[in-house]
Amino acid sequence: MIQIDHLSATFGRFRAVDDVSFRIEPGQSVALWGSNGAGKSTIIRCVLGLVPFKGDIRIAGRDARRDGKQARRAIGYVPQELGFYDDLRVREAVRYFARLKGERPADQSAVLASVGLAGHESKRVRELSGGMKQRLALALAMIGDPPILVLDEVTASLDSAGREHLTDVLASLRAAGRTLFFASHRPAEIRALADRVILLERGRIIRESAPADLDDDRPAAALLRIRMPAPTARLAIDALHRRGIHAHLNGVGILVPAAEGARAAAVHALAQDSIPFDDFEFIQPGDAHAAHPAPARSETRYV
Amino acid sequence: MSDFSIALPAAPGFARNIMTVARRELRDALRARWFALYTLAFLALGLGVSFLSAAATGGTGLEGFGRTTAGLINLVLLVVPAMALTAGAGAIASDRERGMLAYVLSYPIARWELLAGKYLGLAVALLASICAGFGLCAGILAWKGGGADPARVALLTALTYALALSMLAVGMAISARARKSGVAVGIAVFIWLLLVFITDLGLMAATLAFHPPIRLLFFAALANPLQVFKMWSLSSADASLDVLGPAGLYATDTFGAAVVWVFAASMALWILLPLAAALLLFCRRTAV
Repeated sequence: MIQIDHLSATFGRFRAVDDVSFRIEPGQSVALWGSNGAGKSTIIRCVLGLVPFKGDIRIAGRDARRDGKQARRAIGYVPQELGFYDDLRVREAVRYFARLKGERPADQSAVLASVGLAGHESKRVRELSGGMKQRLALALAMIGDPPILVLDEVTASLDSAGREHLTDVLASLRAAGRTLFFASHRPAEIRALADRVILLERGRIIRESAPADLDDDRPAAALLRIRMPAPTARLAIDALHRRGIHAHLNGVGILVPAAEGARAAAVHALAQDSIPFDDFEFIQPGDAHAAHPAPARSETRYV
Repeated sequence: MSDFSIALPAAPGFARNIMTVARRELRDALRARWFALYTLAFLALGLGVSFLSAAATGGTGLEGFGRTTAGLINLVLLVVPAMALTAGAGAIASDRERGMLAYVLSYPIARWELLAGKYLGLAVALLASICAGFGLCAGILAWKGGGADPARVALLTALTYALALSMLAVGMAISARARKSGVAVGIAVFIWLLLVFITDLGLMAATLAFHPPIRLLFFAALANPLQVFKMWSLSSADASLDVLGPAGLYATDTFGAAVVWVFAASMALWILLPLAAALLLFCRRTAV
């Protein structure tokens, strides 16, 4: 269903993905796993045609570069966190993105119902919680019944209840035969959803394994929380992504998996890009409460 | 080895995608505060300029759309470029800033289709604002017995709209590469200042300092879409460019009635070149 041959992607002098090749068969669920800067999100962005790359990517038989539009017709994509048009009502969002997929905008309420959003059609997107926004993103991804779902750390910014709910929905989609291709740094999520795990390190595949063989402690042993105002946080995430460093919004700033031996990479990158931040701290594994603090009022839209 | 080719519904055609994005952009603009404020400001200032121009020429107040054309041209030169430049500058950069651009481009839509849809939607919004401004202005003047000439109103509206389209294209070219909408709008404001004030003052200073040939002055004026609009509007209203001094005389002597085509070609280039630049910058295969 997805075939990647000798994929490489560079940003300036930084090689985010280095000669990566793999195949995903129809109906398979494949996870990308790796630490900070391993190249998970960059591979996903290459598949979606969002970053320039070398090598070949074929999606459902279509060349992702030359026939990108038709290739993307086979994909439903759920990003880590969606900066939706906040003033849009849920119903309007569904109509808009259904049209972009060439689907009839009417009769999409079944898609919303399938992710537990029935009855929320007339709410504005800004009124939804973080978990509901992610479910809306999943509903939008499923419009037009695409055979492949591509998910980029979709539960990273959710609380445990939201995470469990979304994982259950994804598990049912997998059971129904949908091809899943996702990045995650949560072993439990990978065990629940994946048939196969591709382990990445510094943009290269180091091995493939079964989900059961995952070493829980390997990626992201600790997290780095960098405090900054919400508007800056989005810029910081983009800047870090361009350097192959994965980060996500989290209440009072951003969270970055802090790999052993490269713990200061994100701070260094932000300083180099002149992106200001207020403070930073390391959060040890298992300290879930510290990693997901209650959001400040002004930052609610990001949570 | 199979490459897993499967039958898929066809991706939406370019016309459908452009219309989808344009409709959304138009609806957003019509709901936005900037649109309402610019339209109200344009209307209020237009009525003020009309009243004062007519009063200054000995009329009793609200009368004669033709007399007020010169005043309205100066108003258009200030308000419309600012409106179109800032609308264009925010069009792509704001989506990029909040992460929405990458998300939308993950759908089966080409980059050029997204850009064209945004341009079309904003162009229609600007048309609505300009028509509302001129229409209400002319309507009130007519109601008060000023006898606004519909043909003149239509011509000035059309020329204003051409200026708006060119400035919108410049704004979108800025937005195509800017990472932050604040930066894009800042650059747009700088360009507005450059076109409105600095170019005029620069031409005057250069004339005094270097005494360039008149021909050069005329072609330098053509390099500024605001000057093109001003010359074109004045020539249409007065049928003479003498009011512009030696450069106007040169244009009349050299091109005669065909000077209108020179203005039209210049304005067309000011729409097409920035639009082509926006397309080139946005569609280059770079990271979103």
